[in-house]
Amino acid sequence: MSDLLILLIKIVALTFCVVLPLVPVSVYFERRFCAVIQDRVGPNRVGIPLTLLGFKKDCGIFGIGGLIQPIADGIKLFLKEDFTPQHVRKAFYWLAPALTVAPALITACVIPFGTPITVFGHTEKLVIADLDIGPLFIFSIASITVYGITIAGWSSNSKFSFLGGVRSTAQMISYEICLGLSIIPVLLYFGDLNLGHIVQQQADHGWLLLPLWGHDASHPLTEKLLFWFPAVIAFLIFTVSIFAETNRMPFDFPECETELVGGYHTEYSSMKFAMFFMGEYAAMVIGSALIVTVFLGGWSLGFGTDSWISNLSLGGFGFGGLIHLAIFIAKVVAFILFFILVRWTIPRFRYDQLMKLGWVIFFEAALVNVFLAALIVAAPHLQAAIIGLGAVLLVSVTAAIIWVAQVSEAKPNILRA
Amino acid sequence: MAVIKVPRPKLGFGEKIYLTALCKGFLLTLRHAVKSLIGKSMGAKDLASSGLGVTMQYPEQTWDAHLPEYYRGAPALVTDEQGRERCVSCQLCEFICPPKAIKIIPAEIPSDDPWAKVEKRPAEFDIDMIRCIYCGMCEEVCPEQAIFLRKDYLVLGTTRQEMVHNKKKLYEIGGVRTGLINKWNELK
Repeated sequence: MSDLLILLIKIVALTFCVVLPLVPVSVYFERRFCAVIQDRVGPNRVGIPLTLLGFKKDCGIFGIGGLIQPIADGIKLFLKEDFTPQHVRKAFYWLAPALTVAPALITACVIPFGTPITVFGHTEKLVIADLDIGPLFIFSIASITVYGITIAGWSSNSKFSFLGGVRSTAQMISYEICLGLSIIPVLLYFGDLNLGHIVQQQADHGWLLLPLWGHDASHPLTEKLLFWFPAVIAFLIFTVSIFAETNRMPFDFPECETELVGGYHTEYSSMKFAMFFMGEYAAMVIGSALIVTVFLGGWSLGFGTDSWISNLSLGGFGFGGLIHLAIFIAKVVAFILFFILVRWTIPRFRYDQLMKLGWVIFFEAALVNVFLAALIVAAPHLQAAIIGLGAVLLVSVTAAIIWVAQVSEAKPNILRA
Repeated sequence: MAVIKVPRPKLGFGEKIYLTALCKGFLLTLRHAVKSLIGKSMGAKDLASSGLGVTMQYPEQTWDAHLPEYYRGAPALVTDEQGRERCVSCQLCEFICPPKAIKIIPAEIPSDDPWAKVEKRPAEFDIDMIRCIYCGMCEEVCPEQAIFLRKDYLVLGTTRQEMVHNKKKLYEIGGVRTGLINKWNELK
């Protein structure tokens, strides 16, 4: 029974007090960050309304105004009129927002938020479900989001929504392939799918993209530096695929206002729209968390300090895990800021360019990357001749793929005058 | 006219990859962001801005010192240097006001008054500020130079009654205006 209680506490604390608050935080940062990019201010007035209680002025937090703005947004969306148009298919119309927001929050349960904390002599890991198939779980559950958007578009019984839903489905399915393929090199390197173990190995022997400490016989520096190349390619492909999966710029076709009014969420209002909104930002948060976990060392501070931090304790209460949790959240927030920077820098891709990127360029690149990573990982255990043969095969296969892609490119039609 | 075929420019490998263009874009937006945060963004010194771009943090910083000469604020009636109320209730402004915000009830000036030559003045003069669109037509049409648009833009009230400026209020905000043409006495 007490196990169940502890699990429930972990679910509530980690999903609803760490991940879900990051959603309004990222909404606030989006508005402020895009404002400073555009040479303006952003919302800086909404404070805790102490004037209602008789104080002289509303207070900001730490002097930074506007931090309560997301709460004001939430209250506004909550109090709007929640209507259901007559012409929609009601069951699916009501189901769609739930299908968008729930998977994003469910995937939060395999992400390792920090090292174990010790409370009253009882050690507790800061991950809700320490599954041995971490990334597979995330990909499979995140695919359900596709259903949410498709059903939303179709059930709205409107041309523009339908187009938005269909485009989004095609886009998300295309990039799921690259998502899965691009993470295989990492899994090959670590030999383990358990996200907690992956982060622990990165804490001990160096992050994948910054392998500068923890060198020993089984993890020599040369090997780590050599693996850096497929790791960077995997990082790039994975990051861009996460952008496409969460329908963020430059891939935000399903919701671009200039082309599709609101896209799949045109016919939605108030709480259902808020759930789509939350689902998108929650997916962005989870995507950032996943990238940070796999490529940037998760909760680890690096440079050998992690074991010292995890052992910090104050009178029987081991709080090292909480420090690691703070470091993890800081990294995720930094990555969310990067997401926002990309959104406000890069214009949207054309749909055929998007599809070509997913199916022709990234798919081939991720595939070649898998073989390259396999070669590098297996190199210390093979004879030089076999390594040479493997390298030759890899180069020839890559050249063949590139040749095929170039030859099969459609020639532009020359219009006769 | 000959037909000119414009070929699509051939992109080099670096341009096709688009990664360098991306990085240049990131640096550009980041530069704007950093400059905004340290107060040196574009437009930081313009008007009465707060320093964070051209945005003016409204109640603390106002535009009042920078209003142009021709700014159209709330209308008001003026009094002469000789103490005479200029309005003769000809009702031209009431006629021309597009939203019909002005309501005038004219009255006679009694014949024993020093200004009896003028013959008329308004008994009541109401401008409903909720209807007023600050167009300035009343100022333009007035033959007596009696009504002018001032530079106040902030006309507030909590009830509709408060937002109707009556004659007393209009003369109060109008004050005394010098340099006007004297039609009704010898001082030209």
